[in-house]
Amino acid sequence: MKPAKMPTEEFMTSGHLACQGCGATQAMRFALKALGPKTALVIPACCWSVIDGPFPHTSLKVPIFHTAFEAAASTASGLKAGLEMRGDTETIVLAWAGDGGTFDIGIQALSGAAERNENIIYCCYDNEAYMNTGIQRSSATPVGAWTTTTPTAHYKKRPKKKMIDIMAAHSIPYIATASVAFPQDLIAKFRKARQIQGTRFIHIFAPCPTGWKLAPELSVSMASQAVTSRIFPLLEVTENGLKWNVWKDFEPTPVQDYIKAQGRFRHLSDEEVAGIEKDVERNWQEVLAREKLSATIPGLDP
Amino acid sequence: MKADPQNVLTGAHYLDGNYAIAEGAIAAGCKFFAGYPITPSTEIAERVSRRFPLIGGIFVQMEDELASMAAILGASWGGKKSMSCTSGPGFSLMMENFGLGIMLETPCVLVNVQRGGPSTGLPTLPGQADMMQARWGSHGDYEVIALAPDSPQEGFELTIHAFNLSEKYRMPVLLMTDECVGHMTEKVIIPPPEEIELIERRYTDKKPGEAWPYQENELISPMLPVGEGYKFHITGLTHDYRGYPVINAEAQAENVDRLMAKVKENVDDLTWLEEKDVEDAEVVVVSYGISSRVVQPAIAKAREEGIKVGQIKMVTVWPFPEKRIRELAGKVKALIMVEMNYGQVYLEMDRCAAGRCETYICGHAGGTVHDPGSVYSTIKDAVK
Repeated sequence: MKPAKMPTEEFMTSGHLACQGCGATQAMRFALKALGPKTALVIPACCWSVIDGPFPHTSLKVPIFHTAFEAAASTASGLKAGLEMRGDTETIVLAWAGDGGTFDIGIQALSGAAERNENIIYCCYDNEAYMNTGIQRSSATPVGAWTTTTPTAHYKKRPKKKMIDIMAAHSIPYIATASVAFPQDLIAKFRKARQIQGTRFIHIFAPCPTGWKLAPELSVSMASQAVTSRIFPLLEVTENGLKWNVWKDFEPTPVQDYIKAQGRFRHLSDEEVAGIEKDVERNWQEVLAREKLSATIPGLDP
Repeated sequence: MKADPQNVLTGAHYLDGNYAIAEGAIAAGCKFFAGYPITPSTEIAERVSRRFPLIGGIFVQMEDELASMAAILGASWGGKKSMSCTSGPGFSLMMENFGLGIMLETPCVLVNVQRGGPSTGLPTLPGQADMMQARWGSHGDYEVIALAPDSPQEGFELTIHAFNLSEKYRMPVLLMTDECVGHMTEKVIIPPPEEIELIERRYTDKKPGEAWPYQENELISPMLPVGEGYKFHITGLTHDYRGYPVINAEAQAENVDRLMAKVKENVDDLTWLEEKDVEDAEVVVVSYGISSRVVQPAIAKAREEGIKVGQIKMVTVWPFPEKRIRELAGKVKALIMVEMNYGQVYLEMDRCAAGRCETYICGHAGGTVHDPGSVYSTIKDAVK
C-alpha cells in the first residue's frame, strides 16, 4: 500500500441526501479528489442517483448522467466514444454503480464493456444490498446476512459473488479493491487508474449503517475491520488480470468482532459465525495463492 | 375448486395494497414468485419472502426483471402458479418475456405498481401512464387482460381473479395498480377459504405420444405437463398446434389469430364494469383504479347541483369494454375519462364514442392523485 497525499480540493460538497455514516458518500468524495474536475459520472439506479440532492443544494461539482439500472457500463462506453470523437481525450468517464447495479442487473453491460476494453473507469461502491429500495439482498450480500428479502428465518445462505475474479477473467488492464477506511490507498488507486487506458474496475467497500443495522459512527471502523479481518482484502490485479498484489501489512483482527457489531448478523449462532470465519480464511488463502501464482507466470513485471 | 385453508389468512386485517396483493396471490395458490427490488412494488416481494416458506412456496430474488419474468414462465411450465411484481422501468425490461408468455400461452400473473414515468420518473409517487404499455408494450399483435384495483381490498380480490383468468385463458394476466393503492393501508377482509373460488390448470387427458401442446381447432388447449413422459416443443417462434416452428404467413395468421381470439371472443366474460347512476346520466365519468375513488366527491357535488352524472369504474381495463362505451355514446351528452396520464385509455374511449357524444380527458402527468376539483370542472365543462 502506497498512501497518497490527500488533495485539499473538494468536488463533493455538503448538501447531499445520504444517511448518517454513509460509506458511499465517503467513497465519492475520495474518488473525485483523485480524479479531479474533468470527470463525467454515469450513475445507474442506486443510492447515488438520489444522494446528489435537489437543486440548488446539489453536492457534486462534476456532470452526472443518470442512466437506467442495467446500463452504467454501456452508457459510459457511448459517452466516452462521443467525447473521444470530439477530440476530448482528457475527460475521465467514471461509471459509478452500487453492488446491485454491478453484480446483478448491470453485469451484462459491464462484461460487454470490459470485453471490448472500453476506455472507462467503472467503480462499484458496494454496500452489500439494494439499500435505495430498502435493504433487499443482492449477490454482493454476504452469507449469513439479514435483509428484507432474506429474513432471519431463512437468511442469505449463498456467499458473495467473487466480482474481482470475474473482472480478472476479462483480461482488463487494471482492477483494484479499496475501502473508505483507507482513503489514501483509495486515492492512490484512482490516480493510478487514471493513467491507464482501457477498462479499469475499482471495487470500493462502502458500509451502510442503515442497512447493516449499525451505529453510524461505526461505519469507518467497520470498513477498516472488513479489511483487517481479511473479509475484504485490499488488492490490485494488473497485467490484464494475471498479476495479483494483495496488501498484507496489517495486524489481523477477529472476524467475529466484525460480525457481532452488526445487527444484520445478530441472528447467527456461534457455530454459524465459526463457519463464516472458516470461509473468510479460505478466501484469504485463495487470494494469497493467486498472488503466489502471479510470480510463476513468465514475463510479468516483478 | 376452493382455496387451500393453509394459504388463506381469513379475517379482518389492516394491510397496504402491496401486502394485500401478496395475500391474494397466496390465497390463489401461487407457489412461485420471482422478483427484483423496485419502488413502489418491493413490499409485495418482501411479504412473499416471509410468507412463502410457511406455505411451501419458493421466493427467488432474481438478478433483474428480465430474469424475473422469464423465471415465472419457467415455473408455470414446471407446474406451479407463478407471479412477479414490478414498476415502470422493470415493466419495460419484462416486455420481451411477457410477449413470450403470450406466445407460449403460459398462465402467470404480473403486477405493475405504477409510478410516474417515463424512465426513472417518480419512483415514490403514483401514475397510471403504463396503461398503453400494458396493452402494446411487447412487440407484435396480441391481446391482453389487465385489471385495475382501486383499494387494498380489491388488490386482494383481483389478484385471485387475475390468477383465475390466467388459468382459464391460459395466458399471462396483468394487475395494473399504482403507488397510491400499493402504499395505502386500509381494512382488508379475507374471506374463509371455502368462499374463495379458484380455477385450476387444465392438463391434457391424452397419453404421451398422442398429445400436442395446443390442440387442433381448439381456442384454449389444456397444457402438457413437463416430466411425465410427454415429449413436446414450445417456442416463441410462430408455430402450429404441434408446437414446432412453422415459418410462413399462413401459420402466422392462424397462430396470431387464435392468440387474439382467446380474448376477443370472450370480451363479455372478461368485461367487469361497476356502474352507478348511469341510467339517467347525461354525463358519465369513466375511470379505473385509484382514480375511480378520487372522482366520487366531484360526482357527488355535481349531482347535488342537479347535474345528471353517472360513473363507470373499469375493473377490467383490457380488453376495453368497447360494446358498453359504444352503447353509452349514443345515449349521453359526454363521456369523461379520468386517469393519471395525458389520455391513454381515453384514446380507446374516444375511438369507441366515434363522434356520437363529446369526450373529455381529465388527466395529468402523475405524481399525485387527481384533485376532485379538476374532475368537477371537467363535468361542468361537459354540460355547458
